[in-house]
Amino acid sequence: MALLSFERKYRVRGGTLIGGDLFDFWVGPFYVGFFGVTTIFFAALGTALIFWGASQGPTWNPWLISIDPPDLSYGLGLAPLMEGGLWQIITICAIGAFSSWALREVEICRKLGMGYHVPFAFSVAIFAYVTLVVFRPLLLGAWGHGFPYGIFSHLDWVSNVGYQFLHFHYNPAHMIAVTFFFTTTFALGLHGSLILSSANPAKGTDVKSPEYEDSFFRDVLGYSVGELGIHRLGLFLALSAGFWSAVCIIISGPFWTRGWPEWWTWWLELPIWS
Amino acid sequence: MTGHSNPIGPRLLALGAIAALPLTLAACELGPKQSQQLGPRGPAMEQVTNLNLVKPPAAPPASAYALTSRDGQKAREVYPELQVLGDISVDEFGLLMANMTAWVVPADAPPEQAGCNYCHNPENMASYEKYTKSVALNMLKMTQNINVNWQSHVKQTGVTCYTCHRGKGIPEYSWSLKPEPVSRGMTGYRAGQNEPLAVVGYSSLPNDPNGTFFLEPNEIRVNSKQIHPNGENPADIKAAERTYGLMMRVSGALGVNCTFCHNTQNFAEWTHSRVQKQTAWFGIRMVRQANSDYIQPLASVFPAKGWDGQARLGPLGDPLKVNCQTCHQGYSKPLGGVSMLADNPSLREVWRAGAPAPAPTPVAVIAAGAVATPTGVAVAKVVATGAAAEAVVAKADAVRDAMAPATN
Repeated sequence: MALLSFERKYRVRGGTLIGGDLFDFWVGPFYVGFFGVTTIFFAALGTALIFWGASQGPTWNPWLISIDPPDLSYGLGLAPLMEGGLWQIITICAIGAFSSWALREVEICRKLGMGYHVPFAFSVAIFAYVTLVVFRPLLLGAWGHGFPYGIFSHLDWVSNVGYQFLHFHYNPAHMIAVTFFFTTTFALGLHGSLILSSANPAKGTDVKSPEYEDSFFRDVLGYSVGELGIHRLGLFLALSAGFWSAVCIIISGPFWTRGWPEWWTWWLELPIWS
Repeated sequence: MTGHSNPIGPRLLALGAIAALPLTLAACELGPKQSQQLGPRGPAMEQVTNLNLVKPPAAPPASAYALTSRDGQKAREVYPELQVLGDISVDEFGLLMANMTAWVVPADAPPEQAGCNYCHNPENMASYEKYTKSVALNMLKMTQNINVNWQSHVKQTGVTCYTCHRGKGIPEYSWSLKPEPVSRGMTGYRAGQNEPLAVVGYSSLPNDPNGTFFLEPNEIRVNSKQIHPNGENPADIKAAERTYGLMMRVSGALGVNCTFCHNTQNFAEWTHSRVQKQTAWFGIRMVRQANSDYIQPLASVFPAKGWDGQARLGPLGDPLKVNCQTCHQGYSKPLGGVSMLADNPSLREVWRAGAPAPAPTPVAVIAAGAVATPTGVAVAKVVATGAAAEAVVAKADAVRDAMAPATN
């Protein structure tokens, strides 16, 4: 196990949020903890329910299996199991598993004495998911506004929700989110290529130091954000992409019901020229 | 350490600005929302409306009086020169004339245009000396054609003059052909797009679908039938954008979003779509026939300007024509779906001078029964398309030919 030397720092007692020493142990290389147990519970139950739902559905084709949310007529109430109730329970399991995992990350951060950057970053992804299946349905008044759990079916959902607003590319928050997504991949491309070229020098030459890396981008761009800075920038870009994705969908419906192109008429209506 | 003197203030400001931005972006419509599910649960075919923006559709005016009986002396026995309304009773004829006056003649028309005088010479009611009478005759034929042969679109509700005219001589929403856009150099040429117009929902899409789709028989099929290009689909991106522009027109006219008709997983697919897509398909062809066969031939009848100084012909000399918006005016059912035919049943009948009255021929071919998709997700009623639908159009064409429009 190549990581064993590293684990000496990782395998320390304490730092748990709940349960004290009860679950503060390892199984092989894996830390368990209270939230490891709840993660396993929710993930196993949710996955089993998806398979059970698939067994009750019309297909075993993995592309077409879909666990659909209830009809809008059920509002914010519970639906019968085979009419969306399963989706509701699986949603609870998913949120339980995702949050447990984030809290397990918090415990590991505490053991390592480091900041909470990793659980915070994961929380933004959880926030985006919860926005889709909880916050927006709550604001619109029915669980049926959540997206179906299926490979193709969730894409159909995305398409139809987009066309509910005629042309979703005009959604201003969608524009910002897409820009962040492209920018984060662009930044990763620049950074990754830089690191790969530094770490794989020509035969007979040394691995290049950060001074070389900084020099490269100072030559190309006139500026280098630096070895720590690029990771801060990457984190900001990636989290912004997820955050603005959540914004772009939460405003679609609860705060805007017309076509998104029409939203921009505020510009035409500015008192300067209207 | 000068650079670290007060890093908290600007950071808080920046964080506050970032937090406020979504609120700013969202601060548009805070009213109560109502959502309506249009398809099976799951794929999000929904209408979400802001109740503060919903206005009830305009109520149609009441009939001048109720039609109690269709019996009595035939109108043609009193007015032998009648061309399309001779087979109804004199009483019913009089009622329809009174209603048409209320539907079309502006309330503020000067005396020489007011009431019956809008179309008729009061000294000689049979005379066609006023162009408006020729127009009205053609429009009666058009209305009857729509109500008899296009029940695939207008169902049993049907249309009357009022559906478009709404008490005005010129329907509020009409269109005429536009001159070719003139290039004014690099920045002056918009290629018929990139203007924030309501007709395309304020998007940058091509904004004149009228001539292309509501007059010329252009198809709107741009979807490829398979994933990879194989050269079979001649449609390019511009064709797709023209279609998108047309769909924006339809959407705005009906006050609905795309999922009112389509499961956008596959726009072209009939079995995944709602039955409304078939209604719209017939509607586009209905409008096309109304424009090409009933309105366009009136180009030689209309004066360039009417008595009120308003243009009766567009810049290219063609009469003002119809599209979805002319009748629908923002509602999926014009006038909220209220039928005005009960007191005006002759608008759903066809009679020509010198010919026996043919039986009304409904042509709706929407088949009963639902079909599930392979995924079991979408369920929609299926219409006979392709050859069967073309047969319907051919049948309507035949009836239309028998009712050749007046061009005098």
